[in-house]
Amino acid sequence: MSNIPADLKYTKSHEWIRAEADGSLTIGVTDHAQEALGDVVFLELPEEGRSLSAGEACAVIESVKAASDIYAPVAGEVIGFNQDAVDAPESVNTDAYAAWLFKIKPAEGSDLSALLDAAGYQAVVDAA
Amino acid sequence: MAKQTPLHATHVAAGARMVDFAGWDMPVNYGSQIEEHHVVRRDAGMFDVSHMLALDLEGADATKWLRGLLANDVSKLRTPGKALYSCMLNPAGGVIDDLIVYYFSDDNYRIVVNAGTADKDLSWMRRNIADTGANVTLESRRDLAMIAVQGPNARAKTWQALPGSESVAGELKPFQAAWFDEILIARTGYTGEDGYELTVPADRAVAIWDALAAAGVAPCGLGARDTLRLEAGMNLYGQDMDDTVSPLDAGLAWTVDFKDETRDFVGREALLAKPQANEMIGLILDDKGVLRAHMKVFTAHGEGETTSGTFSPTLEKSIAFARLPLGVVAGAPVEVEIRGKRAAAHLVKLPFVRNGKALTG
Repeated sequence: MSNIPADLKYTKSHEWIRAEADGSLTIGVTDHAQEALGDVVFLELPEEGRSLSAGEACAVIESVKAASDIYAPVAGEVIGFNQDAVDAPESVNTDAYAAWLFKIKPAEGSDLSALLDAAGYQAVVDAA
Repeated sequence: MAKQTPLHATHVAAGARMVDFAGWDMPVNYGSQIEEHHVVRRDAGMFDVSHMLALDLEGADATKWLRGLLANDVSKLRTPGKALYSCMLNPAGGVIDDLIVYYFSDDNYRIVVNAGTADKDLSWMRRNIADTGANVTLESRRDLAMIAVQGPNARAKTWQALPGSESVAGELKPFQAAWFDEILIARTGYTGEDGYELTVPADRAVAIWDALAAAGVAPCGLGARDTLRLEAGMNLYGQDMDDTVSPLDAGLAWTVDFKDETRDFVGREALLAKPQANEMIGLILDDKGVLRAHMKVFTAHGEGETTSGTFSPTLEKSIAFARLPLGVVAGAPVEVEIRGKRAAAHLVKLPFVRNGKALTG
């Protein structure tokens, strides 16, 4: 029943990734993730300029239930984060795909092909 | 295969998110946990708590046996229907469980214990009956369901859902129960709000749940139950105390009754030999983040740790219970280690919230 837009890429750890026209990546957590987390009450997002390695735990999302790490889907540099989401963490519950969390500029030679497409992510959700 | 309460299908049909809780498949929320929390503080919500176990105790030695089994003294109970909160201790003074005991007569009581400890409790009680040779019988009542109706409008909406019940339940004082149409209506709860806990025949649970819903009582999950009890300063067994923790170190000294020196309850000697060593106190986070269980707390009197923590929907801040060295006082600034970093917090008296109102900030 989860909403998994076809135009996004995904990770097994429930991040979504949108490839922007300028080559940057916008990252958030999936609808399935927000539903599993329950009411989101706090976000800790990476500062601009921080360089991330692929798979690095770089942000924290806290719900009433628990804290969860958010992982960098590929290596790169943080070029912005969503202050509106920090100020209103519940927006992640309202629309997980509108409430993006941070943007990165992928490092040279970053491999995006390992990311899942919608069908691949659906399989991850179904297996959970 | 997780166990199911008589209301299980009702929860699933309502779209509840189900999780395993102590071996039971229970609703954690029906949508938003925070909205369910607020509805209990502001109006009326209901919880399926049928996973808890009711036990019926009967026999000529019932009072005498309970006075030896429990840290609180059931001889305080003189009015039929009166309830008492107590810990049941092991000989080392650790808490086997916390429970509520209802008095009906000197040879007839109802005991309600936690779901996760039910099997352990029963075997401990049965062994104690055998060891003491008490003339009592203990009957497990899995033929019952329990619904907690909580909130400022909970009582009025219950009267509406159960026509005729007001004449019986309307006059009940807190911690008092009465029978109405095979339903035990108790003015008790685990949220810091007014309300009832209804113990009903299992085969009527769905009809009563539906009648409460029709009267405007909102279904709430165990997620909201946890944030409500935390705000209300109420301990959760297995989290804030367990078999290794003395009730004196868990903020439960008020439930241990030493007055009658001839009453030799299990754990008494151990508690007298090992006086209170820690203070159970409230914590409010001043920095950003969310407090959780087992975070280190640094105080002027030494280190301790949080036992339960969450985001408080009423205070809109993160709160926790902390077990800290003696000498700490409300108002004192402390630091908490959250994922490797130290965050500022301060100590407050429990509870955080009572009857819809924040008592601290």
